[in-house]
Amino acid sequence: MARGRIEIDEQYCKGCRLCVSVCPQEILAISSRLNERGYMPAEIIDMERCTGCSMCAVICPDVCITVYRQVPLRQT
Amino acid sequence: MGKVVEKLVYERPKSLTDAHTHYCPGCTHGVSHRLVAEALDELGIRERTIGIAPVGCSVLAYYYFNVDFAEAAHGRAPAMATGMKRANPDRVIFTYQGDGDLAAIGTGEIVHAAGRGENITVIFINNAIYGMTGGQMAPTTLEGQKTTSSPMGRDISIAGHPLKMSELLSTLDGAAYVVRHSLHDVKHIRRARKAILTAFKVQLAGLGFSMVELLSTCCTNWKMDPVESLDWLRDNMVPFYPLGEHKVIDAVKDL
Ligand SMILES: Cc1ncc(C[n+]2csc(CCOP(=O)(O)OP(=O)(O)O)c2C)c(N)n1
Repeated sequence: MARGRIEIDEQYCKGCRLCVSVCPQEILAISSRLNERGYMPAEIIDMERCTGCSMCAVICPDVCITVYRQVPLRQT
Repeated sequence: MGKVVEKLVYERPKSLTDAHTHYCPGCTHGVSHRLVAEALDELGIRERTIGIAPVGCSVLAYYYFNVDFAEAAHGRAPAMATGMKRANPDRVIFTYQGDGDLAAIGTGEIVHAAGRGENITVIFINNAIYGMTGGQMAPTTLEGQKTTSSPMGRDISIAGHPLKMSELLSTLDGAAYVVRHSLHDVKHIRRARKAILTAFKVQLAGLGFSMVELLSTCCTNWKMDPVESLDWLRDNMVPFYPLGEHKVIDAVKDL
């Protein structure tokens, strides 16, 4: 089961690739479709392997990534 | 395996509006905006903060921060901040300035604001170039760096040496907290975030002038892609502009 999950708000994304370059799991890529503003947004290609490490969100200049992590119930 | 639940670990800070920024893809102005917004959220001071936007690419910062904002004439943000803070000491006042704004046309204002020990916070974006106007040489442009006004590279014998603003301001008695950080990777962005938080705490504690210099990129005018720009920043700017705490008065250490 995946340990993390991210949501990319595609309308904010400018396809700069910084998230792709820092993802330690190498599960981000630039898609081939265009968003409303004419940029090719980043997408996650294998959510199952996401660890919720947040590195993509920390480097993202356009603040388009929301990160969730799976934690044992008692830690909440 | 025991029961697991999903926890939110990162979301867009409340101190940013939901506007789309006009910044170029990969521009670290976006990262700096986010770090400032995160600090305002974390300290719970959004409702009593007033930002001051500069002239430069971040001239439209008032659209992007969900706090009160004013717009200063080029380089004059520290003077405006001085008046605002003195008239409204209960407000948190910060300026957000580029290197063309702070280290060229506004050098006088920043030096005197720091010298007077004005209780304001300055976020200084050093991308070694004038971004907005088309990539001309700035006081912070590195020796040999090509810009539209130094097409053969900055020649020290003509243009002089780059200014190291954090070092310069750290010599002034009014400065309480002057640090330089870099935005070239995740680890350094996390350190910069902490420093911005500290800078606002310095102001909240009334300790005097605080400034965080952030080494930043300008992909478009450096003519590099966003990933290459971060590497260039790490390999060229970081060695010339030493990172770290250039001035931290003892009272800050107790915060
Ligand atoms: C009085 C005045 N002089 C010059 C300008 C032209 N001008 C606009 S932005 C700028 C420099 C911006 O560079 P910087 O502060 O480094 O910010 P960046 O755009 O790189 O973020 C200059 C010289 C101006 N707008 N007003």
